[in-house]
Amino acid sequence: MRSLQIPKSPKVISGVVILGVFIVLTVIGPWIAPYSPNTNRFSTSQMPSWHHLLGTTLLGQDVFSQLLVGCRETMVVGFVAGFIATVLSIVVGLAAGYIGGKTDEGLSLLSNVFLAIPGLPLMIVINSYLPPGKQANPLVIGVVISLTGWAWGARVLRAQTMSLRDRDFVEAARIIGESRRRIMFGEIGPNLLPVLASSLLFTILYAVGLFTTLAFLGLTPLSTWNWGTMLYWSNTQNAAIAGQWWWVGPPGIAIALVGTSLALINFGIDEFINPRLRAGGLSARQRRKVGMSRRPHLGFTPVRRVSATKPTGSN
Amino acid sequence: MRVILRRLGVYAFTAWVTITVNFILPRLMPGNPFDQIAAKLTGVVTAQELQAIKIQLGGDINQPMIEQYWHYLNQLAHFNLGVSITLSSPVSTILAGQIWWTVGLIGVAAVLSFLIGTVLGVVFGWMRGSRADNVIPVATFLQSVPYYFLGTVLIMAFASHWHFFPLENAYDLSITPGWHWDFISSLLRHSELPILSIVLSSLAGWMLGMRNMMVTIAGEDFVLMAVAKGLPRRRVIWHAARSAILPSIANFTLAIGLLVSGSLLVEQIFNYPGVGNLILEAVGGEDYPLIQGIFLLITFTVLGASFLADILYYVLDPRIRTATAH
Repeated sequence: MRSLQIPKSPKVISGVVILGVFIVLTVIGPWIAPYSPNTNRFSTSQMPSWHHLLGTTLLGQDVFSQLLVGCRETMVVGFVAGFIATVLSIVVGLAAGYIGGKTDEGLSLLSNVFLAIPGLPLMIVINSYLPPGKQANPLVIGVVISLTGWAWGARVLRAQTMSLRDRDFVEAARIIGESRRRIMFGEIGPNLLPVLASSLLFTILYAVGLFTTLAFLGLTPLSTWNWGTMLYWSNTQNAAIAGQWWWVGPPGIAIALVGTSLALINFGIDEFINPRLRAGGLSARQRRKVGMSRRPHLGFTPVRRVSATKPTGSN
Repeated sequence: MRVILRRLGVYAFTAWVTITVNFILPRLMPGNPFDQIAAKLTGVVTAQELQAIKIQLGGDINQPMIEQYWHYLNQLAHFNLGVSITLSSPVSTILAGQIWWTVGLIGVAAVLSFLIGTVLGVVFGWMRGSRADNVIPVATFLQSVPYYFLGTVLIMAFASHWHFFPLENAYDLSITPGWHWDFISSLLRHSELPILSIVLSSLAGWMLGMRNMMVTIAGEDFVLMAVAKGLPRRRVIWHAARSAILPSIANFTLAIGLLVSGSLLVEQIFNYPGVGNLILEAVGGEDYPLIQGIFLLITFTVLGASFLADILYYVLDPRIRTATAH
């Protein structure tokens, strides 16, 4: 059933395309920005025009340039934090799920603690105590974000590891005397990949959200640009009440689009893990193509008819 | 019951970790925050209060650490969270005045969003494979929009441009607060848009989770059995939905943390009184006792809500009552 495989799903394709565009902008954004994001020599609060594709701010800065330049910091911090957090969750989740016993108890308790403490207030407290030198570095903030964001992934990975631990192929590897590390990374690891990918995307989403939120609050250095900083300035200068949609809109929509693309790819992974979700993704036209004349209903697994006979009966 | 006690233990431990983190953080960081603010305080608060703040922030290095910790715990047990630097009154008094705004706003919004999201998730789960699936990308986008951004957009459209809703504050400031209709109606009018923005941005998460669980559960044998018995459609849906809702409740801890974090900013956007608004003032004024107090308060509230969700889960899922471990 090629038509049902992950890469073909329109959700996943649009997710990958949107994310791809932003990743390209992360690399080339600061180079292709028409002006410096700090230059304030333009007329103030202009609507979008050919000279300023997204208009200008109250201070006469080019919004489009700020958006392009700000992409890099937002994405890099989000991805770095996401990756570090995922590595932490792999270590904790795999160890807890595979070793079990007291190790599991301890590590699960640890992840429950981190899961229960709300991330934003914790970050605000930590951030307020960071010495000014450290505050100036967005990557430090990214690392701290990763320390608050690994628990969910660890919990999901632990559950998945536990369900794999007693499968026959793992048992077989254990009987032929494979080392524990080899079983964890060679046998169980590859089967965790979909869950891992999903948890990575989720964590990046969380990190981008938390970082831009901190920036929106003015808690990250204001000397560099990211989308949260843009929203911070538009908020402190009352752009919303003045109706300057071209200033407020782009950074917020950019954040939402990055989040949407990650979530859309995640849908594809969900459908891969749980095939029951998959048939729901078929549009009426696709269903006709694979020969399913009615939409699958509650309680019935959709059946693909090869012959031309129309299925009868009701549900 | 063992399961509940176990969870209670986890939350108690988490509470202790939070308290201890609060104690250690200011002492861990290079450059004593107390030294930075000591100058600011001189003359503002009494010498005794200054000493209290000093102990709270680790300024009193003559005392051994363990004694400082003991003192700190003792103060906490008496709800003594220190004195706010910027507002120069006890933190506990300030918080007691502000917490109800936050609990009211977020509480109502959270309940509404959970109920509406869950019902929509059931409906869209049932209608999977139809045009209704187009709601998924829309919901995904809504879910990714930051709360504060959605709030800003709503203000821009419905309060600033069209004047459907008031711009800011929790009530018309020209009305004296009290138990009379003018005040109450003003209160309700002012809460509509903040609640709408929290509900809109948090709804999609519940909805998508519920939809996926509905679709999964719909393939289970007991649902097939219900259909085969010829039960009316509504009863079949109810049958499936009751099982599908469990993961939503199990994930409540994570969701409530995100929801509270997001809502704190909504207060800021709408200039709504409450803890969220307060925390930003506190950060701006480097008011460390207030920051710490708010952090403790928010975390404890979230822990309490999570525990309630756990009890609900215990009541709803008979399997967990017989489970031995985990």
